[in-house]
Amino acid sequence: MKNTLFGEKLEEAKPIVFKKVEEYPELPISLGTTLVNKTGDWRTFMPVINEEKCVKCYICWKFCPEPSIYIKPDGYPAVDYDFCKGCGICANECPTKAIEMIREEK
Amino acid sequence: MVKKVVSGNYAAAYAAKHARVEVVAAYPITPQTSIIEKIAEFIANGESDIQYVPVESEHSAMAACIGASATGARAFTATSAQGLALMHEMLHWASGARLPIVMVDVNRAMAPPWSVWDDQTDSLAQRDTGWMQFYAENNQEVYDGVLMAFKVAEHKDVQLPAMIIESAFILSHTYAIVDMPPQEEIDEFLPPRKPLYTLTDFDNPIAVGALATPADYYEFRYKIAKAMEKAKEVIKEVGKEFGERFGRDYSQMIELYKTEDADIVFMGMGSLMGTVKEAVDVLRREGYKVGAAKVRWFRPFPSEELYELAKNVQGIAVLDRNFSFGQEGILFNEAKGVLYNTDAKPIMKDYIVGIGGRDFTVEDVKKIANDMLKIVESGKLDEEVDWFHLKR
Repeated sequence: MKNTLFGEKLEEAKPIVFKKVEEYPELPISLGTTLVNKTGDWRTFMPVINEEKCVKCYICWKFCPEPSIYIKPDGYPAVDYDFCKGCGICANECPTKAIEMIREEK
Repeated sequence: MVKKVVSGNYAAAYAAKHARVEVVAAYPITPQTSIIEKIAEFIANGESDIQYVPVESEHSAMAACIGASATGARAFTATSAQGLALMHEMLHWASGARLPIVMVDVNRAMAPPWSVWDDQTDSLAQRDTGWMQFYAENNQEVYDGVLMAFKVAEHKDVQLPAMIIESAFILSHTYAIVDMPPQEEIDEFLPPRKPLYTLTDFDNPIAVGALATPADYYEFRYKIAKAMEKAKEVIKEVGKEFGERFGRDYSQMIELYKTEDADIVFMGMGSLMGTVKEAVDVLRREGYKVGAAKVRWFRPFPSEELYELAKNVQGIAVLDRNFSFGQEGILFNEAKGVLYNTDAKPIMKDYIVGIGGRDFTVEDVKKIANDMLKIVESGKLDEEVDWFHLKR
């Protein structure tokens, strides 16, 4: 499934590496993108959305703290597994219990 | 030029006003309170449009100054002893975020025992925070120091905060004549601040104080160290310019008083050096060749100037109105360290004087002179550290 949350920005994301002290900014200012930091590999459980039970209320999308849930063109919510940390808030909030937290095997 | 009879605290308040400070966030503490009261008075009667933020603690005061300074405003605050200690964490933040905040610290003894009197340990305990430190001998130096501090701190190659330090009560509450230049001349000396960065550039938003892993932290600290080194040059330039514009030269980081042919030199900081200069005059009249070296800037430490002094003198009596437990007097310790790898090896002795505001007099200096001259003559140091004022 193509990740449409960040699209080309994710493809273009490259880590910034400074080789010499002169290259650094004068003070620690947030630079560049944190998209290079794929926090998805932090999780133990992953949310799986059952589109048959889903009523498109978008509560999961609203509550996701990362945010790692986006809305597909067909209107159903989808999880961005690059960044989902598996906190389970979406499964907890879903009113129709359409989201299941599955133990991920790596 | 206007000559006003003001206390050290009022001199600081006038300097903040004349430096066109934009934000003051402060919390009262004896003996600093009259600085911020005076500033509040200026605002209340319309003399100044400084934005005053009354905060709930000194930690918040520095945090608010950091926030204001990060938007590009010229920020100022004042504190003392316990208050300075309370904002310790934020002092590190201000220098790490490279913000040219200026603060007046009124040297006051750290509790317990509870004390409000003159003692240098409070400011010296903050010597590792990346703040520049200027010790004022008299009310005029408090006023001049605040003006110069802004110019040095805001210099494009420095961008570090500075504290101007004055003695509790001896300067803060004692009235003396202070010469204040006309506002237009001060404006020429100290133009509006050109910030290194600002949080309010909404087209180029930034977040300040990012996380840096071990892969990156090291380089940021090096940059602060380099800026402090560069500050020595800037301090001398600004001090010289101050002298050219206003008639009082501050191009020397250590002010030398009758040291050219001196056998021994008294070295110290702050108001006690005023007493020492008096004593030097008395001793000279009695035929002793003594001098005084007043360390104005403790951070950055004037290593080169100390070396030049130490090369030509046989004995240095260091006067420390402070102490670092488990070590020795702080100025003594740092001065010795600076000279270790050089060929300047005068005999140096540490006299711990005036702790907790104990009176330090011309008579005391004469006793120290006698002691030091005997030591230099015999060539042997009896003890490195002398708790001079101890009741025994």
